[in-house]
Amino acid sequence: MGEHMIRATGLRRRFGRATALDGLDLAVPAGVVHGLLGPNGAGKSTTVRVLATLIRPDGGRAEVAGHDVVRDAARARTRIGLVGQHAAVDELLTGRQNLVLFGRLFHLTTRTARARAAELLAAFRLEEAADRPVRGYSGGMRRRLDLAAGMILAPPVLFLDEPTTGLDPRARTEVWDAVRALAEGGTTVLLTTQYLEEADRLAHSLSVIDHGRVIAEGSPDLLKSRVGGDRLDVAVADPADLPAAAAVLARISGGEPETDAAAARVGAPVADRAAALTEAVRALDAAGVEVADIALRRPTLDEVFLALTGDRSPQEPAPDDRPTARTEAAV
Amino acid sequence: MTTTTLEDRPVTTTTAIPVPPPPAGPAARLRWAAADTWTITGRALAHWARQPGQVVAGLLFPVLVVLMMGYLFGGQTEVPGGGDYRAYVMPGMFAMAMLFGVENTFAAVATDKRRGVTDRFRAMPMAPSAMVAGRAVADLLQAAAALVVMPLCGLLVGWRWHDGVGRALAAFGLLLALRLAMVAVGAYLGLVASGPESLMVVQILVWPVSFLSSALVVPATLPGWLAAIAEWNPLSATVTAGRELFGDPVPGSGSWAAEHALTLAVAWPVLLAAVFFPLAVRRYRNLDR
Repeated sequence: MGEHMIRATGLRRRFGRATALDGLDLAVPAGVVHGLLGPNGAGKSTTVRVLATLIRPDGGRAEVAGHDVVRDAARARTRIGLVGQHAAVDELLTGRQNLVLFGRLFHLTTRTARARAAELLAAFRLEEAADRPVRGYSGGMRRRLDLAAGMILAPPVLFLDEPTTGLDPRARTEVWDAVRALAEGGTTVLLTTQYLEEADRLAHSLSVIDHGRVIAEGSPDLLKSRVGGDRLDVAVADPADLPAAAAVLARISGGEPETDAAAARVGAPVADRAAALTEAVRALDAAGVEVADIALRRPTLDEVFLALTGDRSPQEPAPDDRPTARTEAAV
Repeated sequence: MTTTTLEDRPVTTTTAIPVPPPPAGPAARLRWAAADTWTITGRALAHWARQPGQVVAGLLFPVLVVLMMGYLFGGQTEVPGGGDYRAYVMPGMFAMAMLFGVENTFAAVATDKRRGVTDRFRAMPMAPSAMVAGRAVADLLQAAAALVVMPLCGLLVGWRWHDGVGRALAAFGLLLALRLAMVAVGAYLGLVASGPESLMVVQILVWPVSFLSSALVVPATLPGWLAAIAEWNPLSATVTAGRELFGDPVPGSGSWAAEHALTLAVAWPVLLAAVFFPLAVRRYRNLDR
């Protein structure tokens, strides 16, 4: 089996003319939560679907828990749990009926399937709703039931394809807690997400995917430091001082500062945290720049993402997401 | 915050779960498939138990059609060549109910696919044939219920079988065979379709099949080429065979298809099932693979 629970080499897959996977490599050690991060259409879901035996790759190989996902798909299926983008549970049945149904399809005896259902309903805090039809569940409850269904065999590998897409913040936190608990229990989790915050909070390691291949890999911290470590942000009281402030930052960081004229703010990556901050305060004072705010911060994964993929943000926020004069006037 | 309760409890499990290895050998595979088929059938039965109103509504429609046909048109129309239209049309109603069943199968399969339930099944070690086979058993049970209620209403409006219970049961057997073929067709279309909203397309296809058959009209009254299509229609084979077995009026046209209706009423469903069951199972296995 080796030390890797998930191992993929050179995965390729086309759908018609579109290339979904273009030589994707992945290696995830046991007991790790690994995040697949990328914009829409980057190949995240296709990767999960290949590894979960749902799609046959055109090229390359993949093994999950030591079983080849193409040649030994039947065996691989007894070692994985899949939680897809939809909450794939039966709306008409109760939570308990769902878990017993799936347990029976895993060929557990009725008795074991019932016992396991009860155990999972308790673990995912669904006992109270257990005998109500799923139709009446909240989004978070559905997702937890979905996770429970993925855990029936207590599989060593669990695939989560955008597990919190469309959930409210409270439900999202519930799912995160559940995923953390699974990882603590030793389950290897492969998680796709568009939310950088989610990857940041859950994943031990990340693969950033774009155009069907991995363009960066490592821990969230490592990826952040690759884009220049810490950043120093300065907001000035008078926008006329921006060029002066930028000149100061350029001298300290040795890099090109980014100026946001609308926010009267200028920022630059800095190497030596505390020294850079002290130096900046002193130099700005000497230059007669009145500082409204000054802060040291780590880059967000959003910035990492933009730096790695060019101009495409994974969330691709619509331009009118930002409060503009027009939307404010409308209020 | 209640987050600690989750982490305190064993999510993985306290006891080891005996993971059954996938079946080796044809006998084990067959047992495995039979068990899965029964589980999938049980799921459909549980749906009915949850929504008894839907089941009743599903039976009400054919009942209404039978009563309407019986009371509204029955008295006024004579079949060319002799015979009561009410008696003529009753086997046609039964067979049309079987044909229309394709819509139920389609909707159930397409909804599962859309909701991701099909993907969950496919990522499990269950037998690939069980999804279609389980659907078939459940849908045949429902069809059998319709074939109890509809003839009872038929009796109410004056329809009778004339040639004994044995031949009547044979006719019901042929009707169920048609429904089985429709399960195969519906399951295949449901897996091919983009989603349950394509039901409209299936409905549009089902109507010409019913009207261009001997279910409601007498093919001899149609222009030659239309009559030929109507007589070779699989629905007509079941309807005409049903009329022969129930002892209802069969206005013979002398064509080969009309003379060999019993043979065709077996051959058509067997052929459709033999083509579409494997296609559906293959499609299920390779769904966007």
